[in-house]
Order: sequence, then C-alpha cells, then structure tokens
Amino acid sequence: MTYDIIVTGLIIVAQILAVVVPVLISVAFLVYAERKVLALIQLRRGPNIVGPFGILQSFADALKLITKENIIPSGSNKIVFILAPIITMVLSLAGWAVIPFAPGWVVSDINVGIMYLFAVSSLGVYGIIMAGWASNSQYPFLGALRSAAQMVSYEVSIGFVIITVLLCVGSLNLSKIVLAQQTVWFAIPLLPMFIIFFISALAETNRLPFDLPEDESTLVAGFFTEYSSASFVLFFLGEYASMILMSSMTVILFLGGWLPPFDVYPLNVVPGVIWFTVKVIFILFLFIWVRGTFPRYRYDQLMRLGWKVFLPFSLFWVVATSGFLVYFDILPN
Amino acid sequence: MVLYSLTFYLFSSVAVLSALMVISAKNPVHSVLFLILSFVNASGLFVLLGAEFLAMILVVVYVGAVAVLFLFVVMMLDINFVKLREGFLQYLPFGALLGIVLVIELGILFLTDRSSNIYNNQTPLQPIVNEVENTKMIGQILYTEYFYLFQICGIILLVAMIGSITLTLRDKGGVKRQNIDSQNTVDASTAIEKKKVKIGEGI
Repeated sequence: MTYDIIVTGLIIVAQILAVVVPVLISVAFLVYAERKVLALIQLRRGPNIVGPFGILQSFADALKLITKENIIPSGSNKIVFILAPIITMVLSLAGWAVIPFAPGWVVSDINVGIMYLFAVSSLGVYGIIMAGWASNSQYPFLGALRSAAQMVSYEVSIGFVIITVLLCVGSLNLSKIVLAQQTVWFAIPLLPMFIIFFISALAETNRLPFDLPEDESTLVAGFFTEYSSASFVLFFLGEYASMILMSSMTVILFLGGWLPPFDVYPLNVVPGVIWFTVKVIFILFLFIWVRGTFPRYRYDQLMRLGWKVFLPFSLFWVVATSGFLVYFDILPN
Repeated sequence: MVLYSLTFYLFSSVAVLSALMVISAKNPVHSVLFLILSFVNASGLFVLLGAEFLAMILVVVYVGAVAVLFLFVVMMLDINFVKLREGFLQYLPFGALLGIVLVIELGILFLTDRSSNIYNNQTPLQPIVNEVENTKMIGQILYTEYFYLFQICGIILLVAMIGSITLTLRDKGGVKRQNIDSQNTVDASTAIEKKKVKIGEGI
C-alpha cells in the first residue's frame, strides 16, 4: 500500500523532471537564440565569446546574476516581494503539465486541458501585480497597473479564439484537439483567429511590441525595477518559459501539434516530438522577429486594438463558425 | 484513497484558513491575496469532486479576471487602516446575522433528502464521474432544462453592465479623440498645404 504510493510518487516526480528540465534548458538556449537573431537583424555579431559561437552565454549570465547580492528594498512589503517572482516562475512551469509533446507523451491528460492552460496563463498576471505593488516604488507600480489592464483585455479575445477552435473539435482535451487536425491544420480554415491568437499571445507574455509593463524608455524596467540577483533571474526565466508555453499552445491549437504537415512516407516516419519542437521553434522565431521589427505600441492604441478590434472580430468569428458548422451539419460530437 | 483524503484536508483547511485571513488581515491587499488563495483551493476541491470544468471556470473567471480587477482597485485606494477598524463593532451584529442565516441555509441543505431536488428528481447534486465528460453534461442540462434561467442570468448581467457604463460615462465635451480611420486616410493632398510666403511678412 505505502510501497505503491511511493512508487507512483516517484514516477510522477520523474515525469515532472522530464518535462521541466528540458524546458529550463530550452529557456537558456532561447535567450541565446533571441540575442543572436536580434544581432543578425541589426547587423551585429551578438554573443560570441563564451563557448563555441557564444552558445554558453546564457549559462554564464545566469551564474553571474545568481552570485550577485540580492537586494530587498527596505520600504517593500517583504513577503509579497519575495513571493512574486516565485509565483511567476511556478505558473510558467505549471502549464507544461498538460502539454502533449507526442501521442501519449503528456504528464496529465485531463479532459479540460485547454481550460487549464487558459487558467494558468491568466494567473500569470499576479506575479507582475504583486511585484509592482510590493516594491513600493512608482515605476514598478505603474508597470503593474499597465500589465493588469493589458492582460485582462487580451485574455478576452484569447478566450474567444479558444472557443472557436473548441467548436471545431468538440472536446477540451489537448490530445483530441491535435487529432482533430489530421485532415487540415486549423491555421488554414481559421487563419484570422490564428493571427489574433498570435498577437494576443504577444500581449499576454508582455513581449514587444506590447511590453508596456516593462517599457524601458518610460518606466526604467517596469515591474521588476527593484529586483536584483536570483529574484530577477526567476522573472526572466518565467517570462521566457511562458513564451515557450504560449508557443506550444499556438502549435497545439492551430499548427497540428505533433502531426506532420502531410501524412506521406518520408514525413510521417519522423517522430511526433520532433515535429512539435520544430513548430514551437518556428513560432518562437516569429516572437523574436516581431521584436526586432516593430516599434512599441502606445498604451491607448494597445487598449483600442484589444477591445475595439480583436474583441468584436473574434466574437463575430465565433458566431460565424458556429453558424457554418450548424448549417452544414458538421458539428462534432 | 489516503492520498485523496489528505489532499481534501489540505485544500479545505487552507481554504478555510485563508478565508479567515481575508477578514482578519490588516492590509487590504493581503486580504485580496488571501481571497485568491481561497478561490484556488476551492477550485482544488472541485477537482477532487470530479467537477474539473467548474474548477477551471472558477480559476479563469474569479481568479483570472474578477480578483485582478479587485486587486487593481484595492491597490489604488489610499486606505486609512485605523479608520477602517473603527467601524468593526458597529457592523458586527449585521455580519453575524448574515452568517447565521447562511449557516441555517446550509444546514437545511444538508439535512433534506437530496433526491427530492426541486427542479428535477433525476439530477443528483454530485456529478457522476467516468460517464460523460462533465463539460458535456453541464452543456446538456444548461441549454435544455435550465435554458430560460440561463438566458435570464445573461440579461441580468447585461443590465448590470449597461447600468455601470451609464453611471460612469460622462461626455465632458471638448475632449480631443483620436480618429484612426481619418488618420489612415490622410494623404499628401490633405495633409500638406503649400503657401508662398513673402519675405519679411510671414503667414
């Protein structure tokens, strides 16, 4: 009896580690890739000293940051100040529990997988708000307020995009969502929704051109102005891990998850996890490309885009999709 | 089964304790954070019941949206903590009355026979696990039997929304608004005006 519990416990821990460790390592390489791609866009060289082609730069940076002194401002609310980066980090890793990397390769194959992902990504705002409030300083506070309004606004359109996909699948299970795309990836019939989802994902992860919570040119560093050393590393890791999480969510919803583009001989012998990784890397490249290309939005323009453009359009698309499915009687069970 | 009860006691005790902290914490922001903790634990209890859809909706709606706005407002307020404590005894009888009513109602709910549900004898209070996905079950009941109630809920929410908008909307006049369409349709012929300026005179 107790032996069984221990064995199951160990299996669960092993599964969690098998997901979390690769995610953290890929965060390190994502940071490197971002710096390298941005350097190429701006005709620079980027990191090229630590290791071959500077590939170990992120590890050197992490080591440097962790060995620095951790400063907690005397005016801050200490418990909340320390909790905020931990919450950000934990939430950005918690979402990985339901991501199917290949058929059956999932820690927890729950019925409401997509709802769980949506819930976890909407909780991400708490790390930022708590950090901004607990710092007891003007710039972080402004960053927190901006982020609270921004993330709540864009969640609404993300919710409608998810509903559109669910109408075409008939299940909230992520593996079933992927399997429903065997004939055609949802990115093709639902192309406008794919674009809206991608842009909302940029806003949800506070990436450029929507990185107003940490807007360097007006808010110093936004919500993490007062953070240093290890707590800063946690924010940094959390941001990039949630970037990868949102990319995987995009891949599962619109780009057919682990499925090959065509079910023909040389393509369908490649393992599903490789297709999944390739697609996630493609979306991440788009994230970096957008950062290197577009200027930052002004705050009122950001709100206008969320509420006056995306919300009505995605609402219309939900109604249109359900009308189409009902009229042609192809509603999935 | 041991693990199940352990998780149940963990979630329920944290939920109750954090609910207590909501009303006893000195700092209102801490109160809201404890409220959020309480919500999350309640959603954990829903998962244990097998109602995973309700659990996720609780997190998405209450924690992800309502509590964020709540926190937003509480953070912005400059609250005098000492003054806030003063009215405590004054409101105590009222609060106690509400509490007693709630306890009596819960007691009635637990003591009555659950099979004699007022709406339908076939729907038990607890979801049946492992039969159909409970998302589907909720849909099948909500959009058939409770359809009118569901619509009425929607209308109530709509009225509340319109009410709050009309209460806060004030057209002051003289506010310069950005018109994106007119900005986008600007071309050289409307944006630039050529003038011959005579030397020493200006426009």
